Amino acid sequence: MSLLELPVSQPGPRAPRAAQSPPWRLIDRVGLAVAWLLGLLFCALAGALVLYFLVQGIKYVRPSLFLTNPSPGFTATATGGFLDPMLGTMLVSAIAMAIALPIGIGVAVWLSEYGRPAALARVAESTIEMIAGTPSIVLALFGILLFESPALGFLSRSSEGVVFGRSFFAAGAMLSLVALPLVVSNVREGLEAIPDHVREASYALGKTKFATTRRVLLPAARPSVLTGAMLGAGRVIGDTAIIVVLLGATLTFDRSGSVPLLSTLRGTGSTLTYYVFYNAPTGEGNQPTKAYAAAFVLLMIVLALNVGVDIATRRSRRLRWSS
Amino acid sequence: MEFLTPPPVRRLTGEESVTEPLGPTRGLPAPPGNGNGNGNGNGSAPASPLVGGRRRIASTPLAIDRMQAEALSVAYGRKPAVDSVSLPIRQGEVLALIGPSGCGKTTLLRSLNRLTELNKDVSQSGRITLDEVDIATLDPTALRRRVTMVFQQPNPFPMSVFDNVAYVLREQAARRPKRAALRGAVRDALARAGLLDELGDDLDHPALRLSGGQQQRLCIARALAADPEVLLLDEPCSALDPQSTQVIEDLIVRLREDVAVVIVTHNLQQAYRVADYVAFMYLGRLVEYGTAGQLFRTAREQRTREYVRGEFG
Amino acid sequence: MVEEFRLDTEPTRDSDRRAELMLGALVCLVVVLLLGMFAFVLYQAWPSFSHNGLSWFGSRGNVDSQIQAIFNSGTSLGHEVYAFHGWPLIWGTALVVGGAVTIAFVCSLFVAVFIVEFAPDALRRVLEPVVRLLASVPSVIYGLVGVFVLVPLIGNHLITQGSKASVQGIITLNGYSLLAGVAILTVMVAPVMVAIFSDGLRAVPRGWIEASLGLGINKWRTVWKIGVRTARPAIVAGTVLATARALGEAVMLSMVCGVVSFAPNPADGWIFFVEPTRPLASTIIAFIDDLSTPPMRHTLYAIAAVLLLSAALLSFGGWAAKQPMKRYGART
Repeated sequence: MSLLELPVSQPGPRAPRAAQSPPWRLIDRVGLAVAWLLGLLFCALAGALVLYFLVQGIKYVRPSLFLTNPSPGFTATATGGFLDPMLGTMLVSAIAMAIALPIGIGVAVWLSEYGRPAALARVAESTIEMIAGTPSIVLALFGILLFESPALGFLSRSSEGVVFGRSFFAAGAMLSLVALPLVVSNVREGLEAIPDHVREASYALGKTKFATTRRVLLPAARPSVLTGAMLGAGRVIGDTAIIVVLLGATLTFDRSGSVPLLSTLRGTGSTLTYYVFYNAPTGEGNQPTKAYAAAFVLLMIVLALNVGVDIATRRSRRLRWSS
Repeated sequence: MEFLTPPPVRRLTGEESVTEPLGPTRGLPAPPGNGNGNGNGNGSAPASPLVGGRRRIASTPLAIDRMQAEALSVAYGRKPAVDSVSLPIRQGEVLALIGPSGCGKTTLLRSLNRLTELNKDVSQSGRITLDEVDIATLDPTALRRRVTMVFQQPNPFPMSVFDNVAYVLREQAARRPKRAALRGAVRDALARAGLLDELGDDLDHPALRLSGGQQQRLCIARALAADPEVLLLDEPCSALDPQSTQVIEDLIVRLREDVAVVIVTHNLQQAYRVADYVAFMYLGRLVEYGTAGQLFRTAREQRTREYVRGEFG
Repeated sequence: MVEEFRLDTEPTRDSDRRAELMLGALVCLVVVLLLGMFAFVLYQAWPSFSHNGLSWFGSRGNVDSQIQAIFNSGTSLGHEVYAFHGWPLIWGTALVVGGAVTIAFVCSLFVAVFIVEFAPDALRRVLEPVVRLLASVPSVIYGLVGVFVLVPLIGNHLITQGSKASVQGIITLNGYSLLAGVAILTVMVAPVMVAIFSDGLRAVPRGWIEASLGLGINKWRTVWKIGVRTARPAIVAGTVLATARALGEAVMLSMVCGVVSFAPNPADGWIFFVEPTRPLASTIIAFIDDLSTPPMRHTLYAIAAVLLLSAALLSFGGWAAKQPMKRYGART
């Protein structure tokens, strides 16, 4: 083992290193600074918005607002509260979700579990995407066409044989289209996160595909279903255009017919978003304090839904399959 | 458990390198007890020629110290991962870190180019030097240009093969070089990783469509493109099939002439095949450090003997 | 036993098949509904388009007086007026949506990068839910902020008496303006973008980020070249969604942009920004009560059709933009 006998091959001259930049170039530093600046600006803006509504809300929200109905008038005391709009918001989102949830879950199940023929699956996917991108004002106008047609006209209020296509039914049905894409995408995501061995385990027990979906997969994806439902409800509650077009311009419930609940559903009314729009300086009511109070309530509802989504996603994360 | 005959030696031993300087000879069994293949390169090498202002040595098994860990301890939160480890890392040699899972091999490796700092609750004491400079005083980005890393999972970027290798050259350069200007360097790096012949001229091939072994060699090419001084390999073959593993092992043995190579491996035979020096770690401590032959055949510590015999880990 | 077993499973097989068919039918129903929407809206819009031809999209005269004429003609059967030149509305939409989306895109990208990669943990924990909250705030609430805060601010402090006088008789500058619309719309769509962008950035495999850092590329460059690059599909998706929201925003913009259909003219100098405008969607809201007069109805549906087709085009654009990214992206 004589070291000297080892062939010492001379390393050829290495190619000179390309001119190296310092680890942080000026442009990188500028970019980082901009990111920090915009990030902090965004924080400030978000904080200001939240604070602004908190202050305005506390200033103007009175318990009586929740208990009285809007009434015509020119002063803050004469115009009453927003009981009916609030109930309207609940009613219309209940209808919308009652339609959007079953359809959305069905579509999601079909897309993730069946999805055949593949062409239909592709078409269905782009359909859902397209619905998500359709402006709600267009949905509203489409809703008018649907609900004033003879086939569906009985669902809306009519006067002297003329159907206007405006009712809680109509608004709820169209709003369900707003919620549908969110429900579909969340449920689908939840279903696809379930690994295949869970399905195989169920098939191995002799369960059919449908039974597996209903008894195993959907319960497992429940947090995702919940997330989709709440995100959808958030969009439904926040929509204004469809309400303006399809629920008509009555602030209180204007019933149609004599059957208790059905008359309300066929009749017109309003929601909190419409109430805010109506009471803004640009609206007909122009009662800023009422607008602020209603906006605050809306914000609280949205906040509650967000917290709900947070809890649901956290739960789904905890239940995540190990693999 | 019976002592197993060591796997075929592919290391360059002093004698073999005379007849076959680069081509690692497969299937030449090292007779047990033949210790003379491991005696060289233990730090007492003569001064190496200086090349291009940087310390480069000729392709000999002579080694020079590049990095040094001194009483290094690393902890995640309150959980210690590496416990006062001192180790030299030399150019011209391959150092393998072995030990059971969770013994701190990977943490030690990652602390060598300060990738441990990506984990926020990591704390560290002791020091690591690179050419006698404490790496804590270097900019981490500058350090990582000199000490680069190849990971366990092949992780080529979602770009073409060319862009993957050119990435480092482009982003490290003072001004963005033209594609034509990078061509030579990219081909060179791919050639060093033994990938150029396989790919031919199709350098626009999506990197993620290569096979696992090719992806890992692409990652090595990517790491070599920037011309690093130390190459850290974190179980580079654990996700690969035997054939790709063999190719990469050949590659590692060839690379040690230009760069100091540290490899973490779970595979004892691999450590035996490629490493000149082996460090056995257990529970965060460095139990034993020595030449591959010594550690695998005549380990001083009981723990090491048990581990290399496959009794635990 | 065996007999029973078979008796038991055969009907279930059948019901499984039935379930698949029913779900398939449901999917078809949704598809048909969308196609129906296109058909119905375009059918209703046809008279307006066929009377005007391509000049529907052109600029001639005052849109508001054209709409007035259309409305007035509704009572005289057989003498309906359809003349409509919608350029000011289209221009207004393009300005408001384009401006807001462009500003929001740039800001959101930086903010998302900041939140995901650079923000201190404490800040990130607060910011993530806040972004999601802001993304789901009803647009009418943003409109309220615009009306009460931004519009007076612009009207009282940005617009001088001189500039008001300079356009007297043509338009009134009172704060309801393009600027207010763009600003509020930016604030409205930015959280949507930030939320989707940061989801995309968070989904970038850590291995790629670490690989780049391990090669000695600084963090900013790593995030930009690897993170943002890998998250491009999410960035496209977020931009498309935000643009669709902005395009369809009717009520909020009708609150802050003003009520006249004026086409802001860049040649007016900086007054351009404070000139009022009225996008397409807001125009529908403004005249929704006149839906019962047939010519008016067709005109409004024509506007809706333009919106619908733009949304479809946008959707297609997003799809097309993602195609080239697939080549190097996924393991397919």
